[in-house]
Amino acid sequence: MHSNATGRVLRRSKPGMPDATGERTRLVIGETLSIETGAVRSGKLFTIVVPLGSDEFERFAAAGLCEAPLHEFALEGSSGYSALPGFSRVVVVARHPGVTDDEGFSAQRVLFDLFPDLPRPSGQAVFSQDVFWFENPLTDAEIERISSELLGNPLINRFWHGSSLAGFDYVPDVELPASSAVERIDLDRPMDELVRLSEERLWAFTREEIEAVKAGFADSAEAGLRAAAGLDPMPTDCEIEIIAQTWSEHCKHKEFAAAIDCLDPATGLHRTVDSLFKTFIVGSTTRVRADLEAAGEDWIVKVFSDNAGLVRIDEKRMFAFKVETHNTPSALDPYGGSLTGIVGVNRDPMGTGRGGARLLFNTDVLCFAPPDYSGPLHPGQLHPARIMAGVVKGIEDGGNKSGIPTVNGSVVFDDRYRGKPLVYCGTGAILRSDYPGEPSWEKPVRPGCRIYMAGGRVGRDGIHGATFSSGKLDEKSPRTAVQIGSPITQKLMSDFLERACAEGLVLSCTDDGAGGLSSSIGELARPDNPAQGLGGAVVHLDRVPLKYPGLKPWEIFVSESQERMTLCIEPEKARLLEALAKRFEVEITDIGEFTDTGRLDIRWNGARVAWLGLDFLHEGLPRKHMEAELCWPGASEKAAAERSARGGAAGNLPSARAAGSSVSPSTRLPPDFDWNAALKAVLSRPNVCSKEGIVRRYDHEVKGRTVLKPLSGLSGNAPQDAGVVRVDLEGWGGIAVSNGIAPKYADVDPYASSAGAFDEAVRQIVSVGGELPLLGSGGFWSVNDNFCVPDSAWDPVGNPDGKKKLGALVRMCEALYDASTAYSIPLTSGKDSMKNDFRAGKVKISVPPTVLYSAAAAIADVRKIVTAEFKKPGDIVYLVGKTRDELGFSEFSSGFGLEGGTIPQVRFVEARGTYTKMMKAHRRGYLASSHDCSDGGLAVTLAECCFGGSGAQGPAGSPSRYLGAAIDLDALGLEPGVALFSESHSRFVVSVIPEKTDLFENLMGESAFRLGIVTDAGSLVVEAPAASSGRPPANDAGSGFPSTPGGHGFPPSPLIDIPVSDLVASWKSGPGGASW
Amino acid sequence: MVKAIVLSGFGINCEEESAAAYRLAGARADIVHLSDLFAGLASIGDYDIVHIPGGFSFGDDLGSGRVLADMIRYRKTADGSTLLDQLDRFRSEGGFILGICNGFQVLVQAGLLPDVGGKRIQDASLTFNASGRFEDRWVTLAVAQPSRTPFLAGVESLYLPVRHGEGRLVFGDGVSAEALVKEGLAAARYAGADGLPTETYPENPNGSPLGIAALTDGTGRVLGMMPHPEAAIHIAERPDRGLLERQGRSADELTDGFLVFRNIVKEVRGEG
Repeated sequence: MHSNATGRVLRRSKPGMPDATGERTRLVIGETLSIETGAVRSGKLFTIVVPLGSDEFERFAAAGLCEAPLHEFALEGSSGYSALPGFSRVVVVARHPGVTDDEGFSAQRVLFDLFPDLPRPSGQAVFSQDVFWFENPLTDAEIERISSELLGNPLINRFWHGSSLAGFDYVPDVELPASSAVERIDLDRPMDELVRLSEERLWAFTREEIEAVKAGFADSAEAGLRAAAGLDPMPTDCEIEIIAQTWSEHCKHKEFAAAIDCLDPATGLHRTVDSLFKTFIVGSTTRVRADLEAAGEDWIVKVFSDNAGLVRIDEKRMFAFKVETHNTPSALDPYGGSLTGIVGVNRDPMGTGRGGARLLFNTDVLCFAPPDYSGPLHPGQLHPARIMAGVVKGIEDGGNKSGIPTVNGSVVFDDRYRGKPLVYCGTGAILRSDYPGEPSWEKPVRPGCRIYMAGGRVGRDGIHGATFSSGKLDEKSPRTAVQIGSPITQKLMSDFLERACAEGLVLSCTDDGAGGLSSSIGELARPDNPAQGLGGAVVHLDRVPLKYPGLKPWEIFVSESQERMTLCIEPEKARLLEALAKRFEVEITDIGEFTDTGRLDIRWNGARVAWLGLDFLHEGLPRKHMEAELCWPGASEKAAAERSARGGAAGNLPSARAAGSSVSPSTRLPPDFDWNAALKAVLSRPNVCSKEGIVRRYDHEVKGRTVLKPLSGLSGNAPQDAGVVRVDLEGWGGIAVSNGIAPKYADVDPYASSAGAFDEAVRQIVSVGGELPLLGSGGFWSVNDNFCVPDSAWDPVGNPDGKKKLGALVRMCEALYDASTAYSIPLTSGKDSMKNDFRAGKVKISVPPTVLYSAAAAIADVRKIVTAEFKKPGDIVYLVGKTRDELGFSEFSSGFGLEGGTIPQVRFVEARGTYTKMMKAHRRGYLASSHDCSDGGLAVTLAECCFGGSGAQGPAGSPSRYLGAAIDLDALGLEPGVALFSESHSRFVVSVIPEKTDLFENLMGESAFRLGIVTDAGSLVVEAPAASSGRPPANDAGSGFPSTPGGHGFPPSPLIDIPVSDLVASWKSGPGGASW
Repeated sequence: MVKAIVLSGFGINCEEESAAAYRLAGARADIVHLSDLFAGLASIGDYDIVHIPGGFSFGDDLGSGRVLADMIRYRKTADGSTLLDQLDRFRSEGGFILGICNGFQVLVQAGLLPDVGGKRIQDASLTFNASGRFEDRWVTLAVAQPSRTPFLAGVESLYLPVRHGEGRLVFGDGVSAEALVKEGLAAARYAGADGLPTETYPENPNGSPLGIAALTDGTGRVLGMMPHPEAAIHIAERPDRGLLERQGRSADELTDGFLVFRNIVKEVRGEG
């Protein structure tokens, strides 16, 4: 049947050699599926469709594919090929046609290095497949389960199994049916018919948008132009597809640009928000920028208008920063989704300004449902454990293989991320300021310049996202729903681009992301301001190199195939550019030219398949109107409530009422509550526990610039706050990177959730020694906001609580504005993802409204940063920042099922004061350590500060390997539960050099509370506060709470006394590592 | 001036920090794209030291370092020779070759390490870690005494990061871990808290037999190692920097990884 395969080579480990892949597969199948496979052996199969003689075949296998000490091989038809003695089942994991197969391409490269005279095929000629043999006679059902749940993903893989390999004959080549290149779309039809057509073709137009499209083509001037150009008055499929792409939520951010009618149900008053983006994000940054520039801080270079925000490092360099999300693809294929997310966001800084920025670091934040979920899964849903394992592996490969250190990140668990995992991928980069010609941060495009496509080839990948053609796939159809990124393709391209830009060969460039060429060319072709001319481009789609033949023109133009950039090249530099590309083994193709016609002129073998005015394309989109209900207090209401609370009136914050009860959960604990057990329990909770199993799979120090790593200390166990990298290897200037995210508060107080997240990102940077703008040495800050919210467009049937959801988003944006302006920290770029819901029939699972703030800030001298862990016995321990009774949704309350309590609020003025003092403490060298307080409160922070290791010798796990601390809580004057576990923001645990304590206390005044001393005892000891010892037993004390063994109802003394090695063990016992 | 050529391209990632380490040690270091070597635009013969940095050449497809090793073995450069021919000549003429992580894997795949028979036939392999995972963690190395390679002369132990998924050595016929240790060709081994070589995870991060982390050949002029000395140049890069700084050390003081580069530059200068 597949006679075009000339042969196959099977490669596997020699008997007696280790087979880690096989062994690991056996373990994971046993652990996760409870199937006893017996021994498992792994191998690789290479299917070759190039004509080879038998000698060549053997040489390719022996010399090219195998390592003599490790591997043995068998050619198809030879005795060792079919069966493996002692193994009863064999599974082949192949790929569907059109799915990225880097290993096949690499094998092909080796083939032509070995036989340079072989004729080169136009496409892929060597395919790789994974092979697994199982000892036990597994049933077909077991094999199918193992295949689709562990070995691969049915969306991208094709599985085959048997008792021997003899019958395997699959070749993943693509064949597309012949069809006409262009179709005319008749718009003179009833609206209902057009709406139906839009749904069928996945254009996703609203009725208003269809009206606008109709009006655009019916416009008399336009109709006249089309007639004069000899074109049909009705649009082509290509034209409609271009408009649909350009007007998509993804490209135009219609909901963040919408006019929103906001109703406050408390007052019945309406107000209009004229675009969340303009009002809050641009609005705060504009104000901050004015304040900064008035004070002489002019480091903001370019915000919101390019692929990444740009701020100035020094006269020679700028810093580019972008954070993106890749949620839906990661839900469908976790590995491919996150891998594509990370290599995709890498192209944003690469394609910022004129291009060629050097990538400096990655930062990733991942939100999953708990991996131990045991409830039902809906069709199309993957198990959270599987999503987590795949996403982590994708980020591992995407970052590590590209040689970019992952320096900071976070993992957040919430059951509702079953609706969709959130996969935030960010990249920072350095762009030189000294390119020949125009400034590097601009994007010049001149008529007559050539349009080049560089990097990967075009297939049907990503067209219309995941839903495209899902109903009519046959075995020869390319799979397009999910993509697998190719880090090596991109690495080759980025090496090339960096060189080409540095040599002045590239006038400007942008990346091919959402919307593919249609977006990249559509944006480059349109000048930023009308004075620069009309813009325009001619593109010859027949010149675009394809992965396989048969694509229609519109498919080529909107395809989202990865690892591509669009370059604007001055004609006289084209020859040099092509020569450089050849040497770097990067495919680049001249596909057209920029013009000054004001039109996007798309050709197929010379004929026009689209001819659209850029003005209509970019400005013709009707404004979206939406409705919101503001059910939660904003900043002013909170301030009023707090004032009245201070005045003694019955004024708990409204958010406390929303949380169920204003009474602090701490009052409901029995007096003999076991605080040792409580601390250990909180340390092992998913959002607190060690993420070492994930963190260590990311290379966080490639490039040699990482001077503060996520896990530090001699023990390698001490979690840090921000990551810090050097800007270059010659000087000591650096950048601190942090992330803030707090979705657990979002349901009851979206404003507090957003404000808390912003504060978390800022305080982590302050903790290591970063300085706020206007107060410090004038270094830059750059913050990306990333909103991932459930569908917030109200619909009486499909989304009845949409107004409330949009109201929550408005509150989150208000907090963004307040935080940004309070700290004078600008937003520089960001992203919104508006439909994070899983729907199947009547089931709908929506993610909690989530905003991530990713911050980066200049560090003047990375030699002076302060790490989080305690370092020397005798250093004095302080808590900086005020602790309030804010136990609502704390890890402690959630862990013990305590409802109610106040949600932590950020008091920006107070926080700014605290941070200003911290900056001075850093500058004056008082601090031996600093660690910010977040999930788990003071108790968890104190514990983590003890994890760094003492430097003393001794066997692993012995107490002397750790420092300890002796703490009492008297200075706080709070109930022990509040003191230890409240999650009030803007706080730090610091240790101060003993000789500096007087100076430190004078500086800090009422902002610091002396807690105790660092010890060499290897235990964390916390004495009970004097105030709590006489407290009467609480009314509802008793069942369900851990109590002190032999405590007889009295408060234990000390409250906490635990060897640090035990605390480390508890912290490492949580579900924070991907198990497979 | 001592001259080092630091290879780059096709998925090599650590060229910049490697070049910076040679410069700090007083050498000139040129980062040269492999395509320039194949095109004859640069030649390793013009240098004293060839450095093959870490990375994921060709994505580690077919096995770490495999595709690049095949390129070095089979692809013809402008003068008709292969890069392997040139490296072999370079070594026999007294040049020094250092491969780190993926560079070590390439040297092993190309038959230059451990090269017990001296015939450039691959006699060892670096395969998947026993854990089946890539890991980034810091390890302590015990250096073979006396060192057979000038790269590690006078060094007893090293504290360096490993960052690999395929660092477990296996050997072909006629080669054994025991023999390599006995002959001093196992240039450095993963050590436990007691300073002795270990096969126990995580001090030995990959399950390499007898804890072997680095190999040299009979000449001592070729060294391959899995840990990354170029990422441990200053105290600032160490995970225990905070502890050391509190003890009075300065973040910009040079530390263990630098010794490797200092040693070889001194050796070339004749000061070794």
